[in-house]
Amino acid sequence: MNEGGSEPLILVFSTNTISDPGIDFTGLMHLHYPTRTVIVRLPCSSMVRPQFVLYALTHGFDGVFIAADGPDCPYLAAACVDITSQRMAEAQNLLKENGIKPERLAMAGICSVCAEPFVRSIKAFYDRIKDLGKVEIGEV
Amino acid sequence: MSEEELRIGVYVCHCGGNISDYVDVKKVVEAIKGEPGVVVAKDVMFACSDSSQNEIINDVKEHNLNRVVVASCSPKLHELTFRETVKRAGLNPYLYYHANIREHVSWAHTDTREGATEKAIRHVRAAIAYVRNAKPLEPIRQKTMHAVLVIGGGIAGLRAALDLSRTGLNVYLVERSPFLGGRTPQLYRVYPDGRRGADIVKDLVSELIRRDNVAIYTNAEIKSFSGYIGNFEVEVEIKPRYIKVPYDEIKEKIKELPDEIPDEFNYGLTKRKVIYYPYEGAFPRIPVLDLDHCSDVETIKELLGDAVDLEQKPETVKLKVGAVIVATGFDPYEPKEGEFGYGRQGVVTLPQLHRLMDLGNGELKLNGREIRDVAFVYCVGSRQKKSSEEEEVNEYCSRYCCNAAMYISSLLMEQGIRTYHIFRDIRTYGRHERMYDEVSRKGGIFIKYNEDEPPEIEEEGDKLLLKVKDLLTAGEQLEIPVDLVVLVTGMVPRKTPELDELLRISRGRDRFYVEVHPKLRPVETAIGGIFIAGACQAPRDICETLSSASAAASKAATVTLRDVIELEPFKAEVDPNICDLSKKCIEICPYEAIEIKNYEGIGEKAWVNKAKCMGCGACVAVCPTEAIQLNGLTNEQIRAMIEAAGKEVII
Repeated sequence: MNEGGSEPLILVFSTNTISDPGIDFTGLMHLHYPTRTVIVRLPCSSMVRPQFVLYALTHGFDGVFIAADGPDCPYLAAACVDITSQRMAEAQNLLKENGIKPERLAMAGICSVCAEPFVRSIKAFYDRIKDLGKVEIGEV
Repeated sequence: MSEEELRIGVYVCHCGGNISDYVDVKKVVEAIKGEPGVVVAKDVMFACSDSSQNEIINDVKEHNLNRVVVASCSPKLHELTFRETVKRAGLNPYLYYHANIREHVSWAHTDTREGATEKAIRHVRAAIAYVRNAKPLEPIRQKTMHAVLVIGGGIAGLRAALDLSRTGLNVYLVERSPFLGGRTPQLYRVYPDGRRGADIVKDLVSELIRRDNVAIYTNAEIKSFSGYIGNFEVEVEIKPRYIKVPYDEIKEKIKELPDEIPDEFNYGLTKRKVIYYPYEGAFPRIPVLDLDHCSDVETIKELLGDAVDLEQKPETVKLKVGAVIVATGFDPYEPKEGEFGYGRQGVVTLPQLHRLMDLGNGELKLNGREIRDVAFVYCVGSRQKKSSEEEEVNEYCSRYCCNAAMYISSLLMEQGIRTYHIFRDIRTYGRHERMYDEVSRKGGIFIKYNEDEPPEIEEEGDKLLLKVKDLLTAGEQLEIPVDLVVLVTGMVPRKTPELDELLRISRGRDRFYVEVHPKLRPVETAIGGIFIAGACQAPRDICETLSSASAAASKAATVTLRDVIELEPFKAEVDPNICDLSKKCIEICPYEAIEIKNYEGIGEKAWVNKAKCMGCGACVAVCPTEAIQLNGLTNEQIRAMIEAAGKEVII
């Protein structure tokens, strides 16, 4: 058994050309971060449908972390930040409507060599979610 | 397909210990064995080896597998390998998913075997969920432009352009400055045969300009860039030269103009005129009028008459190419004022030393004075240590500089000049060690300094006094009077923010352009069809630059020599039966790939032009009815992966 009662489970959305290689680089550097982080890769962070976030938080996950491209995005360039931020705001509203704390969703720009920044932000997020505890519908 | 029984094969790789030392791969196999549809579940020592690939192929045939998952390294390394394996087994290559359990799991979690194993199980479960919902896809076939754009007319760009031209492809070479050659013509003489940099470039250029499938644009910049591998559209703006005739025709007249502008070709050691032709033999032969620095246009007009045309306007050409080679090169590190005495009379950089020797036809003089003693200070601008997290420093070794300094030292010593070498470490790798040996034998004096106690350079009379603590003689404080101090400066990547913005290729930690993988895909960028060559990727000498340029040319040719290129089918698609024509997808699409189309029997609905769709998925996130989805990563697949990965793991 490894379902450490209070340990949260985090879903990380990464992006094929930028942040997923950034998380690869984190591994290459042998930098540690919490293991209860599952990484699902998408082409671009703008693809994160707000409903996916709600789906994750009602299917075993306690937090969703979007490892976004930032302005380096090969698809949307600088607009990627704005577009993904809009989806994130919508997702947070959706969470509130469903009685889930919007702080369970976070986003950070992770470049293809951003190993330390990734570790810093995923650890901080993990700790925040740990403080919030397991997801409970009606927690807000 | 939906009625077909799912028969999934799952292969969990040890990577010879890279994974299995930190992840219990047997337990991973055990945990996913019972997943619905899994028929074969195995651990393999090296999934990418021929024998394991053949094992997968045999299993597909023997057990009638129709889906395959390999859990191993990053998909950047071997996703394509296994798609090909699956294809060879007779399956559609997109009925495959690659789970990353090395970079994302074993290497990142070397501290907890239990935690790493649990995470690996979640990743493999997600992969199984993906393939369970996968549908066969066909690659999109597109005609390819038989042409390549080479950005940068330095020695890398010239080499790549020439190689490509010889394959019969059309080549467009775009150089930002008014003349071809880049940094190489600034070099006095280079190892091993002592040729002048300008002569090496002249050979390449003279062959290139004879070829009728090469178009050269100098004084030109990339203004717009769009498209994808096989079909890029590029706009190039060519700035006016304002001069219409070759240098030789107006040479005498130009001599009458004053020297007034620091000459960048000589790194500011000399001044040049507003009408500019940097060195004998430079191409094109037409000089350029530096209008930005020209204060007296009337005098120029009077002097040159019809040879000058101030009415020239920038021209734009539109190109269609199948691939791009970026060869934008480097800049020499410019020491800060006071860094190792930089700014003092008699303190120059290695690139400036090359110019001094070239200007003196091999004789080294400074302001007319003879030079007897020269001190080289190594690692200037390289191997710098960060004093704070934010500070931008050059942590890398520039690797060319020790060799280059040794070679030019040996030339100086042939003239009876004494050389001192104030170094941190000497890195004359490979055959360059012979140069080091030669300089030592000729009497070069080597003094090792500690990076925390760098040498100090002071003026003493008309000489310089170099003070340094010599680590090789137990920290003896030495004072060496010299005539010239040469700072052996490293390379920094050329700053090209506008170009970076247009091409969207990434830079690494050291701010050079970064390849997809240093060993497996060394000249490719993350953007398909865009390749990198030369010193824009890393500090390199001329030989290494030329090798990478030829490599990039070959890779670009493998794309553009084909008539048709197969693109990944990961494009958006609309189900017109569900589309409610909210038009949100049309508004958000950055590529204008979505239009309204009249579907027979259904009416007007959104439609994706697959040639334009780049597959970002921005439309997927905004569709109110989920009518628009991405092939190869449908909403159902994403939900299935989330659900599978979120399940409790019992090990």
